[in-house]
Amino acid sequence: MSKPCDKLKLEFESKSVNESFARAAVGAFAARLDPSLEELNDIKTSVSEAVTNCIVHAYPNGIGPIYITVKISGNILDIRIKDCGRGIENVEQAREPMFTTGGEERSGMGFTVMESFCDGLKVKSKPGVGTTVTLTKRIKSRR
Amino acid sequence: MEYKIDERTITLMISGELDHHTLRDTSRELGQIIDIYLPKKLIFDMRAVRFMDSSGIALIIKAIRRMTELSGEVVLRNVPPSPMKIFAMAGISRYVTVEEGGKAV
Ligand SMILES: Nc1ncnc2c1ncn2[C@@H]1O[C@H](COP(=O)(O)OP(=O)(O)OP(=O)(O)O)[C@@H](O)[C@H]1O
Ligand SMILES: [Mg+2]
Repeated sequence: MSKPCDKLKLEFESKSVNESFARAAVGAFAARLDPSLEELNDIKTSVSEAVTNCIVHAYPNGIGPIYITVKISGNILDIRIKDCGRGIENVEQAREPMFTTGGEERSGMGFTVMESFCDGLKVKSKPGVGTTVTLTKRIKSRR
Repeated sequence: MEYKIDERTITLMISGELDHHTLRDTSRELGQIIDIYLPKKLIFDMRAVRFMDSSGIALIIKAIRRMTELSGEVVLRNVPPSPMKIFAMAGISRYVTVEEGGKAV
């Protein structure tokens, strides 16, 4: 049997009402790899963090596009979440636990959650141009 | 938000999906409930939470801040496994009591 290989592309506006839609859509697509409940939740939570960051930080004063691409190759899920927003000056600092520019409403744990819930996290950003976050999740075979 | 009052103890029944979108209303309601009743003990019963991301940490931290001002305490009760993973990551049990079925864990 050939390994599953498939792709999903989404584009939506940076409105907070879309957060639940985005993680549900990626979760539904990932379901074909037969993830455990915990793996599925790890995926949904990480997507929620990345999408929320686009809404809160990338477009702080307005609405802009968010692009999600999910690729499945074998048992590996590759999730790319991209915005064309403000960008991050210092990615290394932004990834540190508790670092936030969001004030009291945020805890600065988003990147830390993504990093520990996934097998890989890449952040590429350019101030004034935008940010691309790539999450890699390996789904363990339960057979 | 549903809640129960017993003397100066308030039990909040948190339910559904806790993310940045739903946090705004939940956080405002939380502030109002604390301001009205000035509780000594604030219990978050989380058994009905179906999803939570790091927004949940911000909510609990807000509660801890307000309850510290009132010299009160915060308790997390019946936290499902996935939200617990997030709370554990943030080291939340250093600041609150985590209970399961009424017992501290
Ligand atoms: N897409 C983005 N565009 C611009 N800045 C970003 C983006 N994502 C993250 N950042 C910056 O990185 C910081 C850290 O992000 P992280 O998700 O770890 O924490 P947070 O969003 O501040 O808080 P939390 O996720 O706990 O609510 C943010 O405060 C913000 O300054
Ligand atoms: Mg964040």
